Amino acid sequence: MSDNDKIIDEVTSSDYKYGFSTQLDSDTLKPGLSEDVIKQISLKKNEPQWMTDWRLDAYQIWKEMDEPEWANVNYSKPDFQKISYYSAVKKKQIDSLDEVDPELLKTFEKLGISLDEQKRLSGVAMDIVIDSVSVATTFKKTLKEKGIIFCSMSEAIQEYPELVKKYLGTVVPKSDNYYAALNSAVFTDGSFCYIPKDVRCPMELSTYFRINEAGTGQFERTLLIADQGSYVSYLEGCTAPQRDENQLHAAVVELVAMDDSEIKYSTVQNWFPGDSTGKGGVFNFVTKRGVCEERAKISWTQVETGSAVTWKYPSCILKGDNSIGEFYSVALTNNFQQADTGTKMLHLGRNTKSTIISKGISAGHSHNSYRGLVRMGPRAKNARNFSQCDSLLMGDKCGAHTFPYIEVKNPTAKMEHEATTSKIGEDQIFYCQQRGLSPEAAIALIVNGYCKDVLNQLPMEFAVEAQKLLAISLEGSVG
Amino acid sequence: MLEIVNLHASIDNKVILNGINLKINLGEVHAIMGPNGSGKSTLSNVIAGHDGYDIISGDILFDGESVLDFSPEKRAHLGLFLSFQYPVEIPGITVSNFIRTALNEIRKAKGEEPLGASPMLKMMREKMGVLEMDKGFLSRSLNEGFSGGEKKRNEIFQMAMLEPKMAILDETDSGLDIDALRIVANGVNSLRSNRNTFIIITHYQRLLDYIVPDFVHVLFNGKIVKSGDKELAIELEKRGYDWIKKEQE
Ligand SMILES: Nc1ncnc2c1ncn2[C@@H]1O[C@H](COP(=O)(O)OP(=O)(O)O)[C@@H](O)[C@H]1O
Ligand SMILES: [Mg+2]
Repeated sequence: MSDNDKIIDEVTSSDYKYGFSTQLDSDTLKPGLSEDVIKQISLKKNEPQWMTDWRLDAYQIWKEMDEPEWANVNYSKPDFQKISYYSAVKKKQIDSLDEVDPELLKTFEKLGISLDEQKRLSGVAMDIVIDSVSVATTFKKTLKEKGIIFCSMSEAIQEYPELVKKYLGTVVPKSDNYYAALNSAVFTDGSFCYIPKDVRCPMELSTYFRINEAGTGQFERTLLIADQGSYVSYLEGCTAPQRDENQLHAAVVELVAMDDSEIKYSTVQNWFPGDSTGKGGVFNFVTKRGVCEERAKISWTQVETGSAVTWKYPSCILKGDNSIGEFYSVALTNNFQQADTGTKMLHLGRNTKSTIISKGISAGHSHNSYRGLVRMGPRAKNARNFSQCDSLLMGDKCGAHTFPYIEVKNPTAKMEHEATTSKIGEDQIFYCQQRGLSPEAAIALIVNGYCKDVLNQLPMEFAVEAQKLLAISLEGSVG
Repeated sequence: MLEIVNLHASIDNKVILNGINLKINLGEVHAIMGPNGSGKSTLSNVIAGHDGYDIISGDILFDGESVLDFSPEKRAHLGLFLSFQYPVEIPGITVSNFIRTALNEIRKAKGEEPLGASPMLKMMREKMGVLEMDKGFLSRSLNEGFSGGEKKRNEIFQMAMLEPKMAILDETDSGLDIDALRIVANGVNSLRSNRNTFIIITHYQRLLDYIVPDFVHVLFNGKIVKSGDKELAIELEKRGYDWIKKEQE
């Protein structure tokens, strides 16, 4: 076998091994949710009994719960009996880019996404590109040498059951909230990552490299464990717009940061937001949470531009003394999008510190809410929080709302909260135009300046893409 | 280069420019003086294409072509630069990033390749040298927290970088101390050539000692009521605007 053949063989065979086997490919469960459906999901995924039981338990919990009403968003609730919870049917293959929505292609082009990548993202059948395959292979090899595990959740359940069993649901319990319970019962796949003690992960871990496992579906489950003294930077999502026939997305992400470890978790979320009238977009209800042991640090950085409805609060439980939580967020809404995002910083340990920088941008008829909770527990001596929540409005038909919740149970804890609301000034746009920028370029520039503190937290390449994405998402909102 | 023909303009139905006529050739420097509220900034904005004003009648021509329908950026691409009386702040965008973006947008409009990072930096250093600016300036957020004088100097720095064909300096001298004034004037003089023109809007003769104008115009109630050479500026300095007002009554 030539080297190239070997690479192809490796990838395709692992695809077969960890993905869905061929005879299941045409399988779709009938819509609806019941104990039986969950058993079937588990069976089709060839899961051990403990996993099946775990799912069933979650299902029982979910059945008793009510869908939350409190987020500042309006949508017609999904009918959970109309969703099919398991579909192994391959996505409809398209033969060439000519069949792809030209609007989508235009966006790809503006983002500077390569032709091959465009094909992959829009589901065009394509031969394996040797280049990216070998990149992925080298990547896996380097990780393996360091003892880092980075694989799909399905694979982890098969190969590393002890780790999964030990940590799954410890940060986001099954009973945490309605969507977390649902996810626990029916999740189909996601990512699993373990960084061993004192290992510094040498590259940004990105779901992008898991090329053989694209399209993890609507109930994604991610578990990331950083053992003592380790470091990892994890990138989730993709700046290219992702379409999906599934309207409801309810992901759960759990981070475990043990003593002296650090996790940087960066997300660019760009699900289809619906058309300019707001029809057809994705509902994105995500539970993300991390727990920090002593001196550990978790940073959440997110750039949210997609989805019709977003409901998402990446949070940190600062359990260990001297641990640090950070949240940097840009949430942009346009047209009829609604976003209700923010964070929770739960200070349990002594000398714990948290920083919250939230930048909301609303345009069109959209609504953008920041909801943040900072809780200083009774043991949180000398805990510190700094929060800054800014809103930028474009036009007068959109809305920005800020809901800060503060609970302090220790008198030595200190918090600082700053909030501003501003508009892009016509004089700013005119100034830029006078220097040769189009109004669109002017707005992109002003918005990037406004988001700088957050974009600076992203890895360089991701930041550049995120900047372009912000500009594109605001197109047509001038005037 | 620039020709303004019987220009009438209003804002919120209030007529501010009342029949301006002005012709400026390459290589010339014109000073426009006039009391507060006479319409100097309005004239600058209208030439630059601000869409807040209604053009009632008249025309503005660049190189013989009417630009009334052109967007502000298109006028900038044609080589127009306005040094603002009140430059705006753009938080989070550094001076160097802003200038790089502006310069490359203008180059793009002209069909030129963007200027690379290292020639750009070299050019910035050079121009900053002439204007005696600290290089820390480049990484500061555009106009944010700048003193009045720093803002004006930054405007002239941008002008030096963009090398416009026609520059309007709207009260660039106000807020400058005497040393800064001299430095800014040096900057302007070093750019002066027979391939560009300047309109210097000022209240004071002071600046015109350094940048000697070919023509001086007095704007009053939205009209140019007097034109002359630099002697006129000296006379205005001595006598104030009252005699002009009286003459008009
Ligand atoms: N946005 C505006 N709305 C109404 N009147 C304005 C506006 N801007 C300027 N003006 C008026 O136009 C006149 C000329 O102003 P301006 O051009 O700024 O004068 P100058 O620069 O000579 O001091 C003034 O009477 C001023 O009050
Ligand atoms: Mg003025």
